This record gives sequence, structure tokens and C-alpha cells, in this order.
Amino acid sequence: MAKRIGVEVSIAAAEAVGLCDVDVVAAYPITPQTHIVEHLSEMVADGHLDAEFIPVESEHSAMSCCIGSSAAGARTFTSTCSQGYALMSEICYIAASMRLPIVMAVANRALSAPINIWNDHADLMYARDAGWIQTIAENGQEVVDLLVHAFKVAEDHRVMLPVQVNLDGFTLSHMIEPILMPDAAEVKSFLPPYKAPLRLDPKNPVSFGVVGMPDVYTEARKAQDEAMKNSKPVIVEAWKEFGDKFGRYYKPVETYKSEDAETIIVTMGSISETAASAVDDLRSKGKKVGLVRIRLFRPFPGDEIIAAIKGAKSLVIIDRVVNFNGGALPGPVAIEIKSLLFDNGLTPKVGNFLAGLGGRDVTMENFEDMVEKMANGGVAGAYEIINVRE
Amino acid sequence: MAKETGIISWKKLNLGIAVTEPGNASQLKTGDWRSMKPITDREKCTKCGQCYIYCPDMVYSKDAEGYFVQNYYYCKGCGICAKECPVDAITMVQEVD
Repeated sequence: MAKRIGVEVSIAAAEAVGLCDVDVVAAYPITPQTHIVEHLSEMVADGHLDAEFIPVESEHSAMSCCIGSSAAGARTFTSTCSQGYALMSEICYIAASMRLPIVMAVANRALSAPINIWNDHADLMYARDAGWIQTIAENGQEVVDLLVHAFKVAEDHRVMLPVQVNLDGFTLSHMIEPILMPDAAEVKSFLPPYKAPLRLDPKNPVSFGVVGMPDVYTEARKAQDEAMKNSKPVIVEAWKEFGDKFGRYYKPVETYKSEDAETIIVTMGSISETAASAVDDLRSKGKKVGLVRIRLFRPFPGDEIIAAIKGAKSLVIIDRVVNFNGGALPGPVAIEIKSLLFDNGLTPKVGNFLAGLGGRDVTMENFEDMVEKMANGGVAGAYEIINVRE
Repeated sequence: MAKETGIISWKKLNLGIAVTEPGNASQLKTGDWRSMKPITDREKCTKCGQCYIYCPDMVYSKDAEGYFVQNYYYCKGCGICAKECPVDAITMVQEVD
């Protein structure tokens, strides 16, 4: 039986990776991700986890190591964030194109400059087009559950793509939360040992990471694109199987009081809990406000998002990054949702708010102000950065 | 996979475009990259084999008389053999179709 324990989310994440019987962890420490790999290295050193822990000299090497390990057929994990992700990113693209089912936890943190170790989604958006499946946790329990789910999806022969599990740095990674740790035997039956469809094997030589000239590059990209498209039903199926086994059901998009809502707030990650409290408060004042939270970011769950927001007269879309587009466009999440709206012939009033940058708190009052603003003419321009001191 | 032309449907690519046939570079026709072609003057050639050693591809092989002959299926026309030949026996000439 699963036990509910009070534990720091990073430690729980490491324990979850341990429950998945990972074979290789290659990682470099970076705040606020460090506790995850630090704890994994302790588990290996103390003999609690039968795995190789490779303390590399950089994130670039960490992902390079992960590629070798995964190509050899080993279940492979790493973790990073922010500048670490930036240094690693060259190899992240290669891992996806080589179709290696590596799992990585990213404790989302702002990008420099100025140097800032606190939470926003700059690294998540930097990783957006790398070809990894991306899920985003709202709380500690979800971090644990999404990590177990990540290996299941990544290693499915119908998918064979790396998965990035995002958790907000500090806001989640350093919180002590009550978490139901899954039972080891149940994780084992949910997640059988990894069987690589192709692997580095001297008896059956294969070459990974080969050159692709103009006569084949387009076809390689097409095959990878199809893999991302085809991953969604498997992701959903794995969440169903996870729910049947562990009793916690997940889906690409969560909705809260959104069915009859005139204004819907769209969020990702841990600020969604604050947004839900704001929705409750606004509802108690008679305002028809709801919340839609995106859990699956890549592949982007277009149908689910449209189904959830189609009745709204106005949308408050939160982006947690500044994307320096010159002012003509909103932030990245709003760009994607506006594209969906156009394709579906929907024209709600859209307000895009760039919020919670570099660890700045986003409060219930902030959400209520945004909703209020939408009722009074909306945002002037493509987006508005909130909480700026003039 | 890497057949002479490299033309293949995306549906037939191996996972991650892995190469599952070892040594299949020997099927790749690099000869059609060529604009200049090496010709050996057997009057000057001393059969030293420097062309065979320096060739970055699989162009040269030894014939029954001990001369090193070119297989133009692979020759990219890089000219290294002509440059390295110690007796200037190899000349690069323009390809004509």
C-alpha cells in the first residue's frame, strides 16, 4: 500500500525515479534542481538503488552521457534547469531526433541576465521546440506521478521519445508536501523493464546519430513529427492505466469551474492552485470565472484546450516568460492558444498577462485584477507585464 | 538504407534514422560529386601506392600488374592523390558529360 509522507518534493522526485528502477543517472547540479540528483547520488552510494550515477563536468556532458546510456538500452534519467538547460540544449535536440526515451526533470527557473535562480518558465519555453514530450506538474504528488508516467510513455515502442517533466523551481522543488509514494511492487508492474527496439550491441551493430543529407533530412523530420503526433493517445492511455493502478487520474488539460464560465484563466504549473483560489473567491462574489490548466504542453493538446475554453467570452492567458517579440505578438502560450482560436472560428476577448517572472509572486489579488481588467476593456496591446514598478 | 540514391519514404526509415547495416557506406555513390577526375600515367607510375594510402574514400585498389587503379563510383575528385603522388603521375582532368 502507498504511504502518505511529508517530504520535500525534490526528494520525492528522486525516490520516484528510484522506484522506476533507473539504470543510469548522469547529471550536474544546478539550483533549484540540485536536491533531486543529490538525493539520487546518495541512494546509489548507500546501496539503495542499483544504478550508475555519473557525476559529469557539465550539463552538455550530462545529456551526452544520457544519449550513450539510453542508446545502450539502459533506463536513463537526468535533471537540470535554466542555464543548465541552455548549455544542455544542443544535445537535447539530438536525444529527441535519435528517439531515445530519456526522462528529465526540469525545476523551472528564469534565464539570465540578470542572474536569477528563482522560478518562471523561461527554460520551459527555451525547451519548447526540442522535440521532447513535456508535462507540467502543479504539486508534489503530480511530480512523482508524472515521473513514473514519463518512463512508461517514453519507452513505449509506439512513442520512443524523451520526456521532460517540469516542476516549478522552489515553489515546488523545495516545498515539503504530503505525498503518497507509490508502492514499489505496483510501480514494477506498471513499468516493466525497458526493452530497446534498437540498441548499441556489438553482436548486432547499429549506428546512431548518423549524417542525414538533403535527400533524407526532410523524411527524418517528418518521421519525428509523426512520432510526436502519435504520442498523444499513448500519453492519455498511460494516464488511464496509471489511474487504474494508483487511483489518481490525469489528463492533458484540467478544468475548474470552467463549464459555465464567462471568463477563463489559462495557466500552467503551480500558480494554478493560487488561480483556483482566486476563482473560488470571484465565484463567491457572483462572477462567472473558471480555470483551465495545461498539464501536457508537448504534444500541445489543441482539441482538449478548445473544448475547455470554447464557451468563454474572455480569456486571461498567463505566460511566465518575456519573449521579446517587439510587442506585436503575445507570450508563447497565448500565441499558441490564439492560433487554435483562429482555426476554430472563435473570437473571445484575449488578455495575455506576463506574470511571475524570476520568482515574483503571483497572488490571488493579481488574478482578480486581471479578471477585472478583462471586464473593463481588456489589455491594451498584445500583452501586459504585471507587477512592474513604474 | 543508404542505397545509391538515398531516396526513401519517411515510413521506411529506421527509428531515429539509425543505420542497421554495418559498413553500408560502401553502397553510397560519392562519385557523382566529382567535377575533376584523376588519370594515372603508367609511364611515370612507380606503383608506390601513395594514392591508395592517401585516398580518403575507397577509390584505389591494386590490379594484377601492381598498378593502383581508380574506381570512379567512389571518387569525389578531391585531388589528394594527384597532390601526393611523388612522381606527378596523376593528373586531374575536367569531367565532361
